[in-house]
Amino acid sequence: MAVRFTPWLIAIAALVLGILFPWLKTPLIIALSYGFAALGVSILIRAGQVSFGHAGFTCLAGYAAAAISRTWPATDALVLLLAGVLCGLVSGAVVGLFVARYRAIFFGMLNLALSMVLFAVLGKFYHITGGTDGLRLERPPLAGMALERAPFETALLAIVAVLVVVACWAIRRFYAAPMGQALIAIKTNEVRLEYLGLSARRVFWTGYVISATLCGFSGAMFALIQGLVTPEMGYWVRSGEFVFIAILGGAAHPVGAFIGALGFETLKLVASAVMTGIWQLVIGVVLLILIFVAPNGLSAILVRFERRTRTV
Amino acid sequence: MNSSLLLLGLLDGITQAAVLFLVALGMTLIFGVMRILNVAHGSFYAFGGYAAASASVYLASSGESLGAALMPLLAGAVVMGLLLGAIIEFGLVRRILNMDPAMQLLATFAVFMVLEDLQRLIWGVNPVSISAAVDLMGTVKVGAVNYNAYQLLLLPAVAVVIYFGLTLSLGRTKFGRQILAVTHNREVSMAMGINAKRVGLLTFCIGAILGTLGGALAAPTTSLVPGIGGDMMVLSFAVVAVAGLGQITGTAIAAILIGMAKAFAVYLFPEVEVLVPYLIMVLVLLWRPEGLFAVAQARRV
Repeated sequence: MAVRFTPWLIAIAALVLGILFPWLKTPLIIALSYGFAALGVSILIRAGQVSFGHAGFTCLAGYAAAAISRTWPATDALVLLLAGVLCGLVSGAVVGLFVARYRAIFFGMLNLALSMVLFAVLGKFYHITGGTDGLRLERPPLAGMALERAPFETALLAIVAVLVVVACWAIRRFYAAPMGQALIAIKTNEVRLEYLGLSARRVFWTGYVISATLCGFSGAMFALIQGLVTPEMGYWVRSGEFVFIAILGGAAHPVGAFIGALGFETLKLVASAVMTGIWQLVIGVVLLILIFVAPNGLSAILVRFERRTRTV
Repeated sequence: MNSSLLLLGLLDGITQAAVLFLVALGMTLIFGVMRILNVAHGSFYAFGGYAAASASVYLASSGESLGAALMPLLAGAVVMGLLLGAIIEFGLVRRILNMDPAMQLLATFAVFMVLEDLQRLIWGVNPVSISAAVDLMGTVKVGAVNYNAYQLLLLPAVAVVIYFGLTLSLGRTKFGRQILAVTHNREVSMAMGINAKRVGLLTFCIGAILGTLGGALAAPTTSLVPGIGGDMMVLSFAVVAVAGLGQITGTAIAAILIGMAKAFAVYLFPEVEVLVPYLIMVLVLLWRPEGLFAVAQARRV
């Protein structure tokens, strides 16, 4: 089976499963929205950089959506999603100006530090952010219609499923474009990239902005399905989960992030039933195993498989 | 701001800097030799604190002497540091030395996640505190301020002793010079007959003990709760980054800078206290991306 059909497969399977088993809708939407954030992280992994702070962008976008929805209660869900995307884009562009200078350790840790700052600020300023309890947002109208909970969730699932296909296609194009190729060159040899006349910092900044934008969408979608935003959305554990998904799925193809996210959500469901309280331990151990056994993730296996079948 | 508040800020700053220095020193030492930033270092601090608290409970003797209060702290820190250091170095760190920096960071991050849950499993989520040592040492009067002697005298004294002990033994002893050689160039030092694996293992253990010692010494002055490991990890990274990775004297200066800034922020702008260390780090890194005291390195093309 060709890897280019897998985004379609994921989208259709998610829709069918969601409609057949309504209780699966929420976990599926959450899983796929994590997938968008992980896709953002995996763009940077292609450049050889790991960010331990991207949950900060999802958190910021979630709070932006919640704040808008609370100020103007009739704001449409689509507008809120768009606001989340814009929030990711703008904050990513600004933060990117600073962090795009750094690589490896400094890059990872600066992202972590910035997200910890956001986490602390959200917890501290109780009168604006609701402190650690977070902000609640009422179910907004969708495309002008006030929907009950079940149809609202179905509609969100449909939106996410369509966007999985769109995002996979768009990011695939980005990877194939000169800018996407230059991004990989940051991992292999940045100095040579500069000799070619490209600004490595600019290339990396572009990648960073795209990754933050994807996280922005993820955060707004998460806020809509949960109806609640808390500082936990930006805690380093969440960032670690995004990195885990990105590594599990692999950065070879954008669909990897979504495969990883579905795998992660399944693991989470199993873990919450069998092993409560040791969730981070489970992720940590699986991550260590992945680093040694399959550092390129599941999508690399798919892509390799496709190459093999094509040559035969 | 009156003078006694100023003095209080100054004294707070000294005590904070002392603990911060110990933990950050361990982080920077490990980085120097292994070229790995140990994200799990904050967990060493937390484990050291909890181990000290447990040791204090188990080793509690009838005599109310200061030695009986301090000994468990030290014992808990050393045992825990050796245990964590040896297991993690032997089981993981030496196996990822040749990996991509991003993967190394990821591996120690995974260890951090595991340790964070282990800590919760072993010691629970309720705050733990031991204050025997602080109570026994009493207070000293500095100007118009009464300050507890444990924080004001013992913590900085330990930090100073360790600073001079480490710098002297790095320059003067055989093993110290081996550490410096491996730090400078791993391959060449191995060609000269230095057992880099052994140096790595011992350095990692020393670094881990510095982390646990920081936690153990801080334990009587704060309450231990889940999450302190993560906070300390980011804080000590801020110190190490401001100093420049691998710089020992720089780490001492940066720890004083950040400790002081944090202490004064508590009195001047309490809302932004948590932000101060990061603001300093961001400003320093904008100005000098490699840290204040980093030595220039040749680019490899």
